[in-house]
Amino acid sequence: MEIKYRNYNNVLYVKLVGELDENTAKYTSKTLDDVFLSTISKQIIIDLSEMGFMDSTGIGVLIGRYKKMKNKGVSIFISNPSYHAEKIFKMTGLYEIMPKIS
Amino acid sequence: MKEKEKNKMEIRFKALSINESFARASVAGFCLQINPTLDELTDIKTAVSEAVTNSVVHAYSGSVPGDIVISVTLYESSVRIEVKDFGIGIENFSLAKQPFYTSKPDQERSGIGFTVMESFMDSLELENNSEGGLKVTLYKKIKDNEQKAKKLG
Repeated sequence: MEIKYRNYNNVLYVKLVGELDENTAKYTSKTLDDVFLSTISKQIIIDLSEMGFMDSTGIGVLIGRYKKMKNKGVSIFISNPSYHAEKIFKMTGLYEIMPKIS
Repeated sequence: MKEKEKNKMEIRFKALSINESFARASVAGFCLQINPTLDELTDIKTAVSEAVTNSVVHAYSGSVPGDIVISVTLYESSVRIEVKDFGIGIENFSLAKQPFYTSKPDQERSGIGFTVMESFMDSLELENNSEGGLKVTLYKKIKDNEQKAKKLG
């Protein structure tokens, strides 16, 4: 898993490149926490266009990040999920806490 | 009517998370022989990943990781996948299958592994092995080429 990010117009853009499963979950969570906590942006957009695979472990990672950031008044959004990632997001109601944006 | 068996394979590996991508890629690669669509293939990869994750995370919890055995049987237009471990098994199946239930609430776990398997496959069966451990059986129909051709036409 490779995590790319940049700040632009007060928004933090984060791109997950690779596969998100049990093997990459810890690294992904830790890296996202470091990146999220170092930003002053109040909006974060997670771009999933280059995430090749995700299973339900990814839901745990995303919800965990949401819980850490919500008290800081930061909103997180999801963009470009794959068809399968979206199926899992809808199953879990993830979009209710991390809305999808285009 | 019982479907005619076309081919089968079995892989055995240590219950380590680093083996998850190997496991789902191997099963998906083998399933290519019955011409699944890309969507069907991703359904299979995701379900296998869920089952293997369960064995990695729960089966050998707190002890030395044992093995996971995956057996895949291909039929003319379906696939049956068994994911077996030799760990602690599951005490209460209906509780384990409940969406959002997790036996490890202190960790960031979604508790929807079985829900994903059920929704991405046509059937899911759980049983504890007589020799200890869990056996997850996943089954999925693969629409045959003729139907696919018609659909495209």
